[in-house]
Formats: sequence, C-alpha cells, structure tokens
Amino acid sequence: MAMNYNAKDEVDGGPPCASGGTAKNRRPDNTAFKQQRLPAWQPILTAGTVLPTFFIIGLIFIPIGIGIFVTSNNIREIEGNVFMYYGLSNFYQNHRRYVKSRDDSQLNGDVSALLNPSKECEPYRRNEDKPIAPCGAIANSMFNDTLELFLIGNESHPTPIPLKKKGIAWWTDKNVKFRNPPGGESLEERFKDTTKPVNWVKPVYMLDSEPDNNGFINEDFIVWMRTAALPTFRKLYRLIERKSDLHPTLPAGRYYLNITYNYPVHSFDGRKRMILSTISWMGGKNPFLGIAYITIGSISFLLGVVLLVINHKYRNSSNTADITI
Amino acid sequence: TSCLPRASRTPRQARPRVRGGTTKYTLLSFLPKNLFEQFHRLANVYFVFIALLNFVPAVNAFQPGLALAPVLFILAVTAFKDLWEDYSRHRSDHEINHLGCLVFSREEKQYVNRFWKEIRVGDFVRLRCNEIIPADILLLSSSDPDGLCHIETANLDGETNLKRRQVVRGFSELVSEFNPLTFTSVIECEKPNNDLTRFHGCITHNNGKKAGLYKENLLLRGCTIRNTEAVVGIVIYAGHETKALLNNSGPRYKRSQLERQMNCDVLWCVLLLVCMSLFSAVGHGLWVWRYQEKRSLFDVPESDGTSLSPVTAAVYSFLTMIIVLQVLIPISLYVSIEIVKVCQVYFINQDMELYDEETDSQLQCRALNITEDLGQIQYIFSDKTGTLTENKMVFRRCTVSGIEYSHDANAQRLARYQEADSEEEEAVPRGGSLPQRGSIGSHQSIRIMHRSQSTKSHRRTGSRMLGRSLGHTLPSASIFLQEKDITPDPKLFEKVSECDRCLAIARHQEHPLAHLSPELSDVFDFFIALTICNTVVVTSPDQPRQKASSGPAPAIASNGYSSGAASWAPENTAKEQELELEQEQERELRYEAESPDEAALVYAARAYNCTLVDRLHDQVSVELPHLGRLTFELLHTLGFDSIRKRMSVVIRHPLTDEINVYTKGADSVVMDLLLPCSSGIQHQKKIRSKTQNYLNLYAVEGLRTLCIAKRVLSEEEYACWLQSHLEAESSLDNREELLFQSAIRLETNLHLLGATGIEDRLQDGVPETIAKLRQAGLQIWVLTGDKQETAINIAYACKLLDHDEEVITLNAESQVCSPLSAPEKNTDNVSVGFSPLCLPSTSTNSGPSPSLVIDGRSLAYALEKNLEDKFLFLAKQCRSVLCCRSTPLQKSMVVKLVRSKLKAMTLAIGDGANDVSMIQVADVGVGISGQEGMQAVMASDFAVPRFRYLERLLIVHGHWCYSRLANMVLYFFYKNTMFVGLLFWFQFYCGFSASAMIDQWYLIFFNLLFSSLPQLVTGVLDKDVPADVLLTEPQLYKSGQNMEEYRPRAFWLNMADAAFQSLVCFFIPYLAYYDSDTDMFTWGTPITAIALFTFLLHLGIETKTWVTSGFSILLFFTVALIYNASCATCYPPSNPYWTMQTLLGDPVFYLTCLIAPVAALLPRLFFKAMQGSLFPTQLQLGRQLAKMSPKTVTAPKETFAQGHLPEEPRTESSEKRSIRTSGSLSQDCTLQASWHVQQPACSPEARGEPNVVDMNLPLRENILLEGLSSQAPGPSMPREAILEGCPGDSKMKSTSTSRAAPLSSIFNLSNFSSFNWISPLSLVSGLGSVLQFSRSSLQMDKRDSEFLPSPPQPDQDLCGLSGQTTDYF
Repeated sequence: MAMNYNAKDEVDGGPPCASGGTAKNRRPDNTAFKQQRLPAWQPILTAGTVLPTFFIIGLIFIPIGIGIFVTSNNIREIEGNVFMYYGLSNFYQNHRRYVKSRDDSQLNGDVSALLNPSKECEPYRRNEDKPIAPCGAIANSMFNDTLELFLIGNESHPTPIPLKKKGIAWWTDKNVKFRNPPGGESLEERFKDTTKPVNWVKPVYMLDSEPDNNGFINEDFIVWMRTAALPTFRKLYRLIERKSDLHPTLPAGRYYLNITYNYPVHSFDGRKRMILSTISWMGGKNPFLGIAYITIGSISFLLGVVLLVINHKYRNSSNTADITI
Repeated sequence: TSCLPRASRTPRQARPRVRGGTTKYTLLSFLPKNLFEQFHRLANVYFVFIALLNFVPAVNAFQPGLALAPVLFILAVTAFKDLWEDYSRHRSDHEINHLGCLVFSREEKQYVNRFWKEIRVGDFVRLRCNEIIPADILLLSSSDPDGLCHIETANLDGETNLKRRQVVRGFSELVSEFNPLTFTSVIECEKPNNDLTRFHGCITHNNGKKAGLYKENLLLRGCTIRNTEAVVGIVIYAGHETKALLNNSGPRYKRSQLERQMNCDVLWCVLLLVCMSLFSAVGHGLWVWRYQEKRSLFDVPESDGTSLSPVTAAVYSFLTMIIVLQVLIPISLYVSIEIVKVCQVYFINQDMELYDEETDSQLQCRALNITEDLGQIQYIFSDKTGTLTENKMVFRRCTVSGIEYSHDANAQRLARYQEADSEEEEAVPRGGSLPQRGSIGSHQSIRIMHRSQSTKSHRRTGSRMLGRSLGHTLPSASIFLQEKDITPDPKLFEKVSECDRCLAIARHQEHPLAHLSPELSDVFDFFIALTICNTVVVTSPDQPRQKASSGPAPAIASNGYSSGAASWAPENTAKEQELELEQEQERELRYEAESPDEAALVYAARAYNCTLVDRLHDQVSVELPHLGRLTFELLHTLGFDSIRKRMSVVIRHPLTDEINVYTKGADSVVMDLLLPCSSGIQHQKKIRSKTQNYLNLYAVEGLRTLCIAKRVLSEEEYACWLQSHLEAESSLDNREELLFQSAIRLETNLHLLGATGIEDRLQDGVPETIAKLRQAGLQIWVLTGDKQETAINIAYACKLLDHDEEVITLNAESQVCSPLSAPEKNTDNVSVGFSPLCLPSTSTNSGPSPSLVIDGRSLAYALEKNLEDKFLFLAKQCRSVLCCRSTPLQKSMVVKLVRSKLKAMTLAIGDGANDVSMIQVADVGVGISGQEGMQAVMASDFAVPRFRYLERLLIVHGHWCYSRLANMVLYFFYKNTMFVGLLFWFQFYCGFSASAMIDQWYLIFFNLLFSSLPQLVTGVLDKDVPADVLLTEPQLYKSGQNMEEYRPRAFWLNMADAAFQSLVCFFIPYLAYYDSDTDMFTWGTPITAIALFTFLLHLGIETKTWVTSGFSILLFFTVALIYNASCATCYPPSNPYWTMQTLLGDPVFYLTCLIAPVAALLPRLFFKAMQGSLFPTQLQLGRQLAKMSPKTVTAPKETFAQGHLPEEPRTESSEKRSIRTSGSLSQDCTLQASWHVQQPACSPEARGEPNVVDMNLPLRENILLEGLSSQAPGPSMPREAILEGCPGDSKMKSTSTSRAAPLSSIFNLSNFSSFNWISPLSLVSGLGSVLQFSRSSLQMDKRDSEFLPSPPQPDQDLCGLSGQTTDYF
C-alpha cells in the first residue's frame, strides 16, 4: 500500500511498470534477444559426446610430449652457444620484503631517486648519511663470486675459455629499465654523492671495466635484480660463444673451474652450483614438460577408452532417456 | 495517542511542511549518508577494512591506493545508482511540491494559492472537486448539505470506487460557511503512522465539548475529491508524516534463500581464509625462527636494523595473508549477483508469454532480488476469489422464502454470451484487430473501447452502461454486460410486480404489508434488502462526475502506479467529452460498489424493477414502478467486516414506519443468528431448511451464497440498542470491541428472507496451470474465505481435488466456539483427536495422498501451539489442502506456520486486501493485478495479470533464474578458491612471507575485469533446459525445490575441485620452470594466464549454452600487453616491463598454457561425462530430449503423462465433471443428475431423497457398516481409536455423548481401523465443541453426494435438530 508519487519516473522509465502512455501498448518486443531465443551451441556432456575430446587430447598431447622430451634430452650435447649459469638453492629471492626492497627509479637513472632512494629500500637506503646506490636488499645481496673456466689440454697450461659478459640480460632491461644517472663524464663522478651497498666490496661504478657494462647497466647486476621465482634458481652468468661450425663449443677434455669465493651461503644452508648448458627452442633442459604432455595425453586417451566402453554399454539407456524421466 | 498538532496555535515555522517529498539526500548530505547506508552491508565494511589494512606499513601487501580501488569502484557504482534514483525522485517531488492548492491566509483573511510544499500542519485548506489532497486533512466543512465528501483512493490502493468521508462532528451542524478565523478547537491525534485504515483522535471545542475523530473524518493525501464541490479541512499530517508517504516504503528488500545459503558459504570461505592465513602465519613464524640467527642474505631487517621476532613476524604475516588472499571473499560477487538479477528481471518482464493482452499488462517484478526463489517454491498458497476465479460477479440464482428461482433464462443468456464471446475470440486474434485505445474516432469504436476498458478493470462494476440492445447486436460487449444485465425469472418477476401493485394500492392504509401473504412480504423485503443493504453509491448522469478513470486513465489506476501528474491534472480531452455526451443520452444510473457482489445484487434487484436511485448518508431511495420512489430513512449502517462476515442496515420503513434491520451475510453466520425455531412458526422452520438445501445446492454449483435476513425492531428495542451503540461509538478505548458487541446485539433473532447465488467464474487456464504446478511438485493450498462447499466445488473444478482421491475433512463442530473465542480448555481434548488421525495417513499411504479440507473454526484450533505440529504433519502428506472460511489473519498464520515449521519455500498469491498479510508473510508474494484494488499488488514481490501466468513464471523463469544464479554463485566460489589456491601454494616456496607471484594489478582486477564478463553473460543468458521442455515436463522444476544445483555437497565438491585445479595450475608451471632463470613475475604471468584459461574452460563445461567467446582472453592479453609496455619504472615491486612481450616469444609459455588447463579440467570433464551417461539428472535428460526432438516436444509429452503422471487421466475425468456441474444447472435436481451421470455405479442409497435432513445417526452407521463390510478388510495394523466423551455441562453435552456412544460400538469392532477409507477415529467433545475428522474415499464421496442437500455444515438446522446429530459419516 504505497503511494507512488515518486515512483513516477521509474514507472515511466522502466519496462517493469510502465504505466505511462495511454495509447502505448506494453506488449514486449518479439526479438530473439528479449525472448531469450538467441542461437547457442548446447553441448550435452555424456560419454558419447565427450569421448572424441579425450581422444583428440590424447592424440595431440602424446606427440607434443615426445617432441619436447626429445628436444629437452638433446640439450646435453654441448654444441652451439653454451650458457654458463650459477645456481643457488634455498635462497629466498621471492620473499615479500626482499622483493620489494629496490627502487626502480633509482636504477633507471633518476637523479632525485639516486640521492633520495625510495623508502622501500630500508634498511639499505642510506649508509653513513649517504644514499646507497643501488639501494635495497636485492642489490645488497648481489652474487659476487667470480667464475673462470679453463680447458686443461694436453699441455700443462690451461687455456681460459672466453666468457662473454654481455648479452645475458633482457634487452629491455639493459636499454630501458636500467640506466646510469646522467651528467658528468666519468661514472664515478655521477655516483659521487652515493655510497656502495653495505655488503659490496666495490662501489657500483667499479663493477666492470667496460663503460657500457658498468654502473647500473652492468649485466650481472641486472640479472641479479630480476628476482627469481623460486628458492632454487639459476641465473645466467656468462655466454660461451661458439667459434665455428666445425668444432664443438666446449670440446671434450678436462676443465678447470676457478672460483673466487666471496658469497656466503652456508649461513642459511644454501648451496651454490655452476651449470653449463645449451638451450633449445624451448629453453633449457627440463624433461618435465615432455613427460607431463605424454602422461596427460596417455591419461586422456585411457579415459577416452573408458568412456567408449561406457558409451557402448549405456547407449541404449541414454537413447530411451525420455521414458525414464 | 499523543497530541501532536496543537492546531493553528503553533507558529508556522515550527510545523513540518508538506515539502521535502521523498528524496533521501541533499547535495551536502549525499556522500556521508550514502556511505553510511552502504556500510550497513557487512561485506562493504569488510572490504574497506581490508583495504585500510593495507595502509599499515608493516602489513601492506599491495600499494595502498591500489587495494582501495576496487572497493571504491564498487561503492561508487552503488552510490551512483542511489544518486540517480534519488534524482529522479527529486524531479517528481519537485513537480509535486509545486502543485498549487488553496490555503487560508490569516494575513489576507482569505484562501490564497500556495504550493504544496508550503502547506504546514494546522493550515486550513480548501479543496475543490477533482483536486488531489495535498496532505492528511481533517474534514471540517463540505459543500455537501450532509457534511459528506466523496474521495477516490485509487492513488493509494487502486480502488476506484468512491469512499465517503464525513465532516467532524460539531462542525457538520454549522449552518453558515466554515470560517477558519473562528476556529478555536484543539485537536489531539495520534502520532503519524502508516496505518491507512485507522485514525484516532479527539477534538475539544472551546465550549469544552469533546468529539472523537475517526478515519471517516480524515482525507488522506493522494486521494482525489469526487462528487463534492468544495471542502475545507485542517492539515493534520503534512509531508513525510502523511500516512501515504509513511506507507511508501519503496521496493522491498528480501533476501532469497539462495542468497542466505550463499552467505553461509561466504562464512565458510572466511573461515577458510582465516585458516590459510593462520597456517601461513605459523609457517612464517617458523621460517623466521629458522633463519633468524643466520644472517641470511635475503633476510631484510627492519628499518632500524633489528630483525622481527618470529611471533611478531607471524602476526604481521597473518594480516598480510588476509589481504593477499582476500580474493577468496569475492568483492565482485555481490555486485555480479545484483547485475545478474537486474538482467533476469528485465528478461522476465520482457517475456511475451507473460503479457496479458486483455489488460495490456505484463508481469511486474516489484522485488528485484528474489528471482531465484521462484525456482524453489514448494508450497503455493492461493486465494480463491479473484485469483483462481475471475471475481466478476454475476447474479445467477436466488431463493426467496424457501422457493428457488433458477433464472434459467439468465443462465441461458449467459451461456449464449459465453459462446459468442469465444467465437469472437476465435474470429479476432487476441489483440490483433482491436483498435488501440488511443486511436478512437468513430462511435462504434468507442463501444469497443468500453468493452476493453471494462475487461481491463473489472473492478469498476459501475462503469458506463451501454444500451441493452447493444448487447445483442454487439457481441463484444457481452463480458461487460453480463455483470449487470440480468434476465429476471418470470415467476419471481410476477411476484415482485404483484407485491408492488398490492402495496401501491394499500400504501395509505394502516398496515400495508399485512395485506401481503407472508411469502410476498418476504419477496418484497428481500428485494428491498438487496437494494439498500449495501454501501453502493449511486452516481447519476445529472451530476457529471469526472472520474479520472473515465478516460484512458483506468489502466493507470488499476495498475496502482498512478503516475501523479497524469491523473491529477483534470484533463478533459475531446474524447472524454464525447463519452460524457454519450452517457447523458443513456440516462442510466451507475453504481459504485465496494465489492463486486454488492453491485451484482443491486443490479439484480434493478432487473426486478426495484431500483436503487439515490443514497445519501441518512436516506436511501428506491424506485418501484407502481409505488414510485420510496425513501428509507437510514438510521445506521453496520459495515461489513471479515469477522462478522455480514453487514446490516437499520432503516425506518416508509410504508410501515417500523424500524427494520436488514442483514446480508455469509450463510454460516446468518443462519446462526436466526430467530430460534422453537419460538418461530413451523412455516419458518421449513423455509429455513429449504433455504439451507438450496444454499448447499448453490455451493455445490460453486456459487457464492449470501443470506438475506430481516429483523423488525420495536421502538423501545431500538432506543435501547441505540443508546448502547452510541456509547460504544463515542468510547475512545476498546471502541472496536464495543462496536462489535453492539453489532452482535443488533443482528440477532433475524427472520430469514432468502438467499442469493452469485457466480464467480474460473479464470482461464486455471485447471491446466494447477495440474502443471502439481506435476512440478508444488503443493497447492487454497486459503479462502468462502464457505466449504463452494470452495470444494471450485477445487474440483480447477482440478485441485480429484474425485477418486481421499478427502480428509476437518470440521470443528461447534456453535459456541467461534475462532475468536476458542476456549483454551478445549485444546487438550482436541489434541487427542488429532493424534490418531495422523497415523493412518502415514501408514496407509500406499495410494495417492489424500487431500485435506479444513474450515476456519477447525483451523483456529489447528493453529494453536500444541496442535500446529500435528496439523502440519497431516497437511504435509496431503496432496492439497483447502482452508475454507479463513480470515486474513489465519491465512497468514498458515503461511507462517508452513514457512517456519517445514522450512519450506512458500509462495502466496492473491488479489485482495485480505490476502495482503499472507502475501507479506510468504517468501514470495504474488499479487494479481485484478479487480479488488491494488493492495495485494502493492504488497507483493511479483504482480501477474492472471493466475495462469504463474505457471510460466515459476516453471520457466523461476527454474532458469535459480539454475543460473546457483551455477553462477558456485562458479564464483570455485573461481576464487582456485585463484587463491595458486597464491597459497606459492607460500610454501617463499617462506610463507605472503609474497605473490601474480602482479598485484592482475590480482586485484582479475575478478573485476578479466573473468567477470563471461560468468555474467552465463548468469544472465544460460538456459539449461529450453522453455518448451520445461513446460511439457514440469517435473524438472523439482531440481530447484530440492536445491539440486546448489547444495552443501555441491559447494564442497566444487571447493575440492578448485583445490585440485589450483594444485595442477600451480605445479605444472612450477615444475616446468623449476631451477630455471625465470624471475618471479615472468613466472607469475603464465600462471595468471593459465588460471584464466582454466576458468573459461571450466565455465564452458558448466555452461549449457555457449554464447560467450574468448573475449576475456583477448581482453586479458590486450590489457597485459599494454600494461607491460606502459612504464619502465612504475608498479613496484613487480615492475612487469616487457614481461608479457617476452613471454609471448617463449614456447614454454604456450606449452604450459596448453597443458595446465587441460590437465586441471580433465577429471571434471570425465566425471561430468560419466555422470551424464550413467546417472543423468532429470535436467540432463530434459536437455537431451530437447536436443533429440526440438520440434516434436508434444509427442514425448504423452509418454510422460502416461508413464509418470498417474493423476492425468483422473484429472481429465474431473474436468468432465466440472463441465457438467457448471454447465447444466437449470434443473432443480441438477446435483443428483450430474452425480449420477458421473457415477453410474453409485450405490442405491445415493438415489435417495435429496431432502433428507433428519437422516439420523443409526441409519448412517448402517451405511457405514455396509461400506465396511463391502470393503475387504486389508491387513493392516490395528489402531486404537481414542474416544473421549468429555463430560461437560453445556447444552451440547447430550448431543456429543449420544453421538459418541454408538460410534464407539463401531470402534470396538475388530479390524475397524484397517479401512483406510474411513477413519472417524475419534470424536472428541469438550465444552460444547466437537472436532470431527473424517476421511472419505471416492465411495464416501458418492454417499456424500446423497447427503449433500443435508449439509455437512455444522450450522445447518442445528436448532431444529437439537436432539439429533448432524454429522453424516
């Protein structure tokens, strides 16, 4: 029992209670949309209708799986460019506070951020009243072991394998995201008002001798700053470029790895590794995907067979469905 | 009552104004007020809390501003919606506030024009004819010589008949025009309230006299002044305090069952969230504790260089986890549900099948958020009159002084009209060629318009009369005409004329009536009573009334949504003037009646030349051909109420100068009030029993019966009564009770004149609809105020009852115990009576379940606390329940009982004011926008034009809405759990540090942006089974009743599946990228993509109709690419610059994106397929059926009906029967005839004398015993029948005990109780009341028919048979 002075506008506006025009016929429009008769595909999920899906999945997945598996296993042969990784385990680079502890503006060469880093960098923001460059926990904990690889040939003098420092970071990181602060001729001058991270031995402008790989755009640094997803991870360290098509990049023989040990991992039960690997079209060696594809494909195929049996057995009952309702 | 307006004394400024209207907000108050309202929603508070938690530095998981964004978005959307609604309200308010009105100005000492908004309490307002009343006004003066004023309340309740209002006592006597300057009285009244039907107060004149104020003195805002030139009143309530505005609560907010269930599951999710967070917190504490001392490189100390203790870290981690995992409680869920519901409502409104051509109205959804409840209804409570029937009252038959006048000619004429009407309907495709109402030019089309109007608002029985000749030439007017055109019965017509002639001759003698024979005198009185015992208002063309409804407005008015401006502006279009002209030529009287049967009776009397020509407040004029105009002095009118079920008028007869009381009312009550027979003559007794027989006959035909009675009062009696009545009237407290008592004192010792039978036809498609709803597993209860026989007959006609099913009848047999005064002492005994009854109905339930018929008195007992459980237990097992003679309160009590005790979903459908309480109590209230005003519609959640639309509304739309919403909600839960699962598994690899590998922007907008659209589309458009299949197989509706789509098991299975899927979707990328040089967010992005793919494929499996495409996927990748290219240094910490671009070049990304969703969904798809093949649900079968034979759905329908609907053939037979009963009613013994045709194998007793009233108990027992012996006693548990002859000292004692004794001898027979067709298991008597229960099967029904003329009504001949029993089983 409501009086509807005010309902007037709603009344006139909305279809529910259009009392409006006198001559207006309120018959709803006979359109497919309004009468909910839009054409639509209506799949019914029964064994019969679904089993092709299972077989198709099986038939597609198994070959893909085999393909991946084979590719992944072929990686072993050290041909083409060889990638040298360092691996760390039990290192939580994905810890919430660790991940946040950086200042992208500073790394992008922003002068104000350089001198006044983001609060996220605390407690690695300032040291002895000077802003830390690069600030934050990620930078502070940068991996600083040095790895050198030597081939011990027949002679007693090991030949050092040439390790390429550049080209290990994302192109966009190196050229867009990371930039050294502007101004000044020498890098040292540009960083003059800042101090090095606490754990670092050298300041940021002394990471490398080459100017296009120094400071914030040092590729080792850039790679480190891309925080790993999982506590067990590897990071690209160096490239071993293939010299010619004829010889393998790393010929068979005895090798000698020289490690300058700076990086403590024992304190947190971490482990360090050095990995040499080539990559295929689908990345490094990981047999998982291949196996997964084969497994899922096989399971799907099996389920398809089960459904086939069911469909065969119960087809009659489903055909007479209308009677059993 | 408090005294609010000390009228006219208070300074103007202090008094509330009319203004302000209905807007909630002002510009300034909008934001705080709206926010305050929004925060009443617990969910909003929660989300804001979570967002604010982000601002705590130690906790923050996301950028604080970002976290606030979705909440603000949701709040803003809601606020905008509110603002828009309020603005439109403001606009209409503005219009209303600036309407003009004459207000008395003290300064200028005259009435000046003011805006509505300037009217204040205490102002004197002068209103002219057809003006809208601007406030609640106390009527002080009227131009009417009798101090009357007529108002039309269509704006309030849709009723278009005129109501009478009276000038306050003390002012009516004023001779000169009312002068506001001399007004010095003090008015006291109650606080503003929303009760439209009640108003109390008193006025103290300056001479110290007090007078009461009643609702008859009050003009309510929104009503229209009619038939009165001008009135003056004082404003009592203005603006928001007016009753009309207090009543205006707007659309109701109900919470649907699904939503309640969902809220419960939301709580489960909260619990899950807390558990996950706690787990993480503990994990993080341990982790911190482990690495605390080790100075690990990845450990980030606090800004002051210290490390957090493990406990503190855990606490912080807990809070952060709650933020990170907040997606589990989906903020978008509520918004999505709202959106989906709005769309669902839109589609329901747009359904062509729910559009009623005749009334040009479609279904209205008034409550926006309970659409899915329509799919879960278990009980339907239906009113009968106006809901199952048309509520178009047609006078059919009457009996006067014990002689029946069958009005054959009338019946034939009606039949002819019906044929003509149906022919016309065939010839004219519905609505096709009927001229549009707006395009009326010719004379001819105006008549058609009349017709369409009258069918549009049947309520307006007093609408214009077309020439009678037109009725024959123009079949289209038939429906319109049959309401008031009655072909008189020649015999009766002759008698009436004779009376008239005799009286005309004898009118100047001393006792003119004495010259008539008693029968003729009765005939005369009968018609006088028909004519004057009512509240019909006569409007004649001499006094042209510009009813708003005379033009195109009735559609508006009958809709209840009378749009203010349209009907307020007194518009007199040329068209209307044309109409007026036409009417002036007709020179016909129009009757405005409060109820259709009143009008029907007045029209009937007019057919006998006994014409009501004028009604003033103190006199009624009747015109007779020979006597001319007789003017009766109207001393009192005791209006109709549902408790007394009768109305009376006290008049002074102009011929005899006697004071007569004419009473018209339900036969059950009137028969009880008749002059005791012992004192009456034998003749009267005979008339009474004959009349009772005919009443029963009428009831069997399904006619509404009314008894007309008369009482002659001596002057002393009248004076005595008048005094007490005046006392009652003037008493302030307990007035209603006193008036009630006073009425009872008057309406006693009545002399029965006769009875009338009025037909109320069944609406189209009612039996089919009921059959369908039945098949759909709905229990249908009919709650009616009608008498038992009428109700039962209508129930048979509409297939609610079947002839070959058992009917349990519960009749509390008592004269003394009315439902009003049910003595508590009785109940103990009564309860004993119920208990044995319940047993047989459970244990012998092999056959079709019985139906229950219960009358109002028994219902009053049954609804008492200690019996309601038993009553329900019994009723639950019955196929249908019929409650007769129930009051509105009882109706709502029944609904409430079922709702609360059986925890069932209830739907109440009704059309009248007496159904309002029932409609409000039920889970879903449906109003029929029919004849009895709009009160039911106003109170309802859905308004349908006809009962038959209920079928499609429930079975199709209800099912769809339920299934759509249930699936959507389930999907929502699945989606969020699965998404949160991904984050949770990651915690195991990040030291439970609440880190998220998914970029926070994705995390927050995932639900809102990427994955929301497909599910919205599904929620709105998905059709699990097409409409035609749903309609042909209503059983499918049961899935909603049983909550098959969304039950706790489904929820938990869903959650388990979500957990599994999140495991797959997390660990496939995990293993694929294990020990690789991928970084956190480059790894998180594929996971997000995988999740999205999985969601969509999952939805694809769940969806029954695929209409959506990969829009979401496209959106995700587009947004991701743009986002990842937008800024090289922004969005810490993820800084996802170029991530997506890089990923798109990575084959592993594609490979994982392919395998993970497939692996995640493989089990679900497999189980779905298995289930679809091995254990298909009804719905799946229905879907298959639709697919197999999309065009020939009708063919399988028959198999369905045969195979699974055992009641189908029977319903057919009952249909035949109903045709017979309603078709051939002309003979006197129609009843027997039809019964015999129907049941040729009926026992010989059935052919017995129909008028056996004195059938005594032993004979009946013999029949009983015969029946017993003819039935093979089936093996069944012998049951003890409990009998209690309660020693009471009432006069009924002898009756009850004598009845109990012979029956108990039957009970002692072994095996007695094994007959499942009869179980008069106990008769319990106590304090003069006997509850008698009888179960009868078909056989009993046949016997029943034999006795029907000797009625099962307790109030038959009770006095005449004081020593005998009247029960018939």
